[in-house]
Amino acid sequence: MSIYVDIKKSMGAFSLSAEFEAGNEIMGLLGSSGCGKSMTLKCIAGIMTPDEGRIVLNGRVLFDSDKNINLMPQERKTGYLFQNYALFPHMTVAENIAVGIHGSKEAKKELVREKISSFYLSGLESRYPAQISGGQQQRVALARIFASEPDIIMLDEPFSALDSHLKWQIELETVKALEKYTGTILFVSHNRDEVYRLCKRIAVIEHGHMESIHDKSEMFASPNTLAASKLTGCKNHSKAKKIGEHELYAIDWDCSLKSEAVVPDDLKYVGIRAHYLVMNVGENIENQLKCRVERVIDDTFSMMVLVTSNNSPNVKEEIVWQIDKELWQEICRNGLPEELSLIMPADKLLLLR
Amino acid sequence: MDLAPLFISIKTALLATVITFFLGLYAAFWVIKLERWQGLIDGLFTLPLVLPPTVVGFFLLIVLGKNSFIGKFLNQFDVSIVFSWEATVIASTVVAFPLMYRTARGAFEQIDYNLISAARTLGMSERKIFWRIILPLSWSGVAAGTILAFARALGEFGATIMLAGNIPGKTQTMATAIYSTVQAGKRDDAYLWSGIIIVISFVVMILMNYWSKAQKKAKTTSNER
Repeated sequence: MSIYVDIKKSMGAFSLSAEFEAGNEIMGLLGSSGCGKSMTLKCIAGIMTPDEGRIVLNGRVLFDSDKNINLMPQERKTGYLFQNYALFPHMTVAENIAVGIHGSKEAKKELVREKISSFYLSGLESRYPAQISGGQQQRVALARIFASEPDIIMLDEPFSALDSHLKWQIELETVKALEKYTGTILFVSHNRDEVYRLCKRIAVIEHGHMESIHDKSEMFASPNTLAASKLTGCKNHSKAKKIGEHELYAIDWDCSLKSEAVVPDDLKYVGIRAHYLVMNVGENIENQLKCRVERVIDDTFSMMVLVTSNNSPNVKEEIVWQIDKELWQEICRNGLPEELSLIMPADKLLLLR
Repeated sequence: MDLAPLFISIKTALLATVITFFLGLYAAFWVIKLERWQGLIDGLFTLPLVLPPTVVGFFLLIVLGKNSFIGKFLNQFDVSIVFSWEATVIASTVVAFPLMYRTARGAFEQIDYNLISAARTLGMSERKIFWRIILPLSWSGVAAGTILAFARALGEFGATIMLAGNIPGKTQTMATAIYSTVQAGKRDDAYLWSGIIIVISFVVMILMNYWSKAQKKAKTTSNER
């Protein structure tokens, strides 16, 4: 079971180009809102038509602009979980599940009964979608998809409309349900944590362009593009250029930095995660940046300290420093410090192309 | 007193409503799926609503008259549309059509498009989607359109008199009968026919309002857990 996608579609402000292959796995498509992730799924499902390209699912050609092949959504056998679940409000839970089943009345009944029990929906058969909870609605939507026996399952931001306390519960349930499926699953989200938990491989999409496909641990440890770095949650980025084998100049921060890793020739940006910054209390060492505090934000479990470089007065680029609350209180015991010296550890710099 | 205009009117309006119902639904479904020329075709379908009915009747007369292509064709089978009862139905249908078409289209466009996409990916045929998803979900709008179309068909005058004439016992509806009675100075009959039309239209509208209120109520209670 596999899917191959290579499509292009003009989307007004930019054009979407996506190329990837996925096997029996959960693959994540990570990107900010409006970047073309959902459009990619819709093109696979046949709800939207790409301008050109090719889509092959389990050896079946779903779309091929050169050969003029464009199967109807009905013929594609794709399961699509919509953000709002798209349950038919005028049909009961059982009727919703039965919609995608083809075959005799008896076979339908049997399959519906089986899905009702395997998705823990017993007792809700004759309820309407508006009468059940959000989590139950999502189980109905998944049961309906499973009952239609799709060759691929696509999840389009299934958790983004939920409250955070509900979200966790529903995510756990979804993972459990998806374990029963052996084919390809594509998971679209703008939330890095969700993608990280659910998927093994992640493709990053930025402005309609599919940048790179990574193994998730590799991507979070060492993202290699600005978009990937931002999506993995890194808050501090600066334009940069290479000045030596292990040395680079950060333009926006106006400082030169040593890097433990070899600096690539086509370096464009450097990044550092907010929690990797350390305060220097001792003597002068490399990679240190004199800065002043602009603003302090009290976050849930830590402090976010926004600083600007003191190296040159023109630099306005704020750097976010995430620090433990108690440590920050310690630092501020004698009032807010005039100047801080932060170290960007040479082994923690993200070198981005 | 001759009650023929009442029966002719009711018969005409009912048949015209049935035809308009299907034509309007089909046209609305077709137009929302159009990718090109949507504005043009929508304008064309809505035209009978804004044109003077006499203009509609005049065009129908030209298209269906004895010397037209269709008229000549039908003449071979000894069928003539002009001044026949069928002409009253055609005139009413054309004039009532935009009301059905527009309300149905509005109701269809209210439906969450994801529902239709979901139905497609689940393998439902377009026909099934129409009858099992789109129509039930837009039912109150469609019903409102049907009732408006019926009321309009019942009151149709201009196009009818152009195409079907005003032949007592054959093509004379209540609306055209009023015209004749006033011309002949029979004030009492004019009052009577006007009264009947007002009562029927009013009752139909009131029923519609009550019904849509009941629908809304049913919907909100089903939303409560």
